[in-house]
Amino acid sequence: MSLLSVENLVVRHGLLQAVRGVSFTIERGETLALVGANGAGKTTLLRAIAGAHQPAAGRLLLDGANLTSVPSHRRVGMGIALVPEGRKLFVQMTVEENLLLGRTAGRPGDWSVDKVLDMFPNLKPRRHARTGHLSGGEQQATAIGRALMSNPELLLLDEVSLGLSPLIVDRVYAALQGLIASGTTIILVEQDLNRALAVSDRVICMLEGRVALEGSSKAISREEVTKAYFGLHRKSSGSVPA
Amino acid sequence: MSNQIIQGILLGGYYALIACGLSFMFSVMRIINLAHGSLAVFSAYALWWLASRYHVSPFVGLLIVLPLMAAIGWALQRFLLERSARGGALLPILTTFGLAIVIDNLLFEQFGADTRSLAPYIGSLSYDSWEWPGSIYVGKLAVMMFATAIVLLGGLQLFLTHTRLGRSIRATSEDPDTAGLVGVDARRANAIAAAIAMVTVGLAGAFLGMRATFDPYAGAPQLLFAFEAAVIGGAGSLWGTLIGGIVLALAQTLGAQVHPQGFLIGGHAVFLVVLFVRLSASGLGLRDLLRLGKTS
Repeated sequence: MSLLSVENLVVRHGLLQAVRGVSFTIERGETLALVGANGAGKTTLLRAIAGAHQPAAGRLLLDGANLTSVPSHRRVGMGIALVPEGRKLFVQMTVEENLLLGRTAGRPGDWSVDKVLDMFPNLKPRRHARTGHLSGGEQQATAIGRALMSNPELLLLDEVSLGLSPLIVDRVYAALQGLIASGTTIILVEQDLNRALAVSDRVICMLEGRVALEGSSKAISREEVTKAYFGLHRKSSGSVPA
Repeated sequence: MSNQIIQGILLGGYYALIACGLSFMFSVMRIINLAHGSLAVFSAYALWWLASRYHVSPFVGLLIVLPLMAAIGWALQRFLLERSARGGALLPILTTFGLAIVIDNLLFEQFGADTRSLAPYIGSLSYDSWEWPGSIYVGKLAVMMFATAIVLLGGLQLFLTHTRLGRSIRATSEDPDTAGLVGVDARRANAIAAAIAMVTVGLAGAFLGMRATFDPYAGAPQLLFAFEAAVIGGAGSLWGTLIGGIVLALAQTLGAQVHPQGFLIGGHAVFLVVLFVRLSASGLGLRDLLRLGKTS
């Protein structure tokens, strides 16, 4: 059974239909990259999976359990954690307090404040600093650490490289490679196609709220994704790994 | 003069107590609870009713009234404020204004217009005092109120910074949507925050009844003092509330030395000065305020 099944999902922002009947599945331990131009519906889709947006139609199943109408805070307890675009840290609180918040409704597991600080050593001296005073890279590390503290089964990463210097992005992706190697299931929204294709098992390219291209990251060429990105390629079955 | 300053500082403890809940609700839920004073008076009446009818000491009565106030706060948030907040920022203010009118008139209907006091039920505590060198008399009740304010504010501070629930409440106050995404039940956090705020209101109501008389319509001036102390101290800051209460009380006691009517005028004057300074610091000048007044 797939870890997550998205079935004909429709999400609206008022009159605007941001996600239009999207369907896909993700298996345990898989890394799925969601790519597409701005406004393609990637972030809305990710936030709908996390429970921040209520779908207008369709279903979300986690391990076969319907979570379409489950509130966001309970989805954390079911094993879904989101690293939101723009980090969305609690800036009046310290790094440690932000990390501890991740445990509020999380599942039992190995992640602890010390383990997160071991993963991101640059955070160690900033442990008691307010997150509003951190650099972009430190904030991103805190946001990822906060999500990990809930011991997620499915980690949703939204534009983790946005606004960061290439050096810091390399560090963040090095940490993500460790997570991927440990078997964490990840859905990654990323603007950088090269990085998205390099770290993922499978890629979905979205266009105007729909899936324009889907397939194995190894089998799909960068050119095909670029065509789909600009609407020059229609939906393909690709080669989806089992 | 030193006597007035000491009395003013101790009175500041009471103002901090009554402002604490108002400030707490504003900082967590962004709701200005205009029923705050009326709820404090309700608490005072509940203690008076227990004392006069069942001979329950007001201090023992708090064991019944404070949980009751917590339940009222929880229900208020869950069934009234949460729903009204969906209608915009103005609706909760109007809702709590209406609630204040309902509480005032229910108290009037139930207990009549007579003034009441808890002083007869606390023995000599309401007038006992210590004599300090220099003919300074310090009331035991005033010291108790000040100490309670310190313990309450310190306890709240520890609760908010060192407990999981406290962190959840702070996260909810900062960004309720993101709080939900990290696993915080924002509705529950808000309801618990409202319950805590009402416990502080209950305590303030108890001290109101012990240090003065009250009637069904005594809530409005208490709300005004709470509001002034909260604004002077910086709404949302717990220790700022204590400083705000002390500054307000000092202005009142020193104002009373200048003129018999100066007690209230002194407090209002300091409140207005601090308000204009804060608004100016935030970039709003007098002209902007006047323009806002015309457009609203």
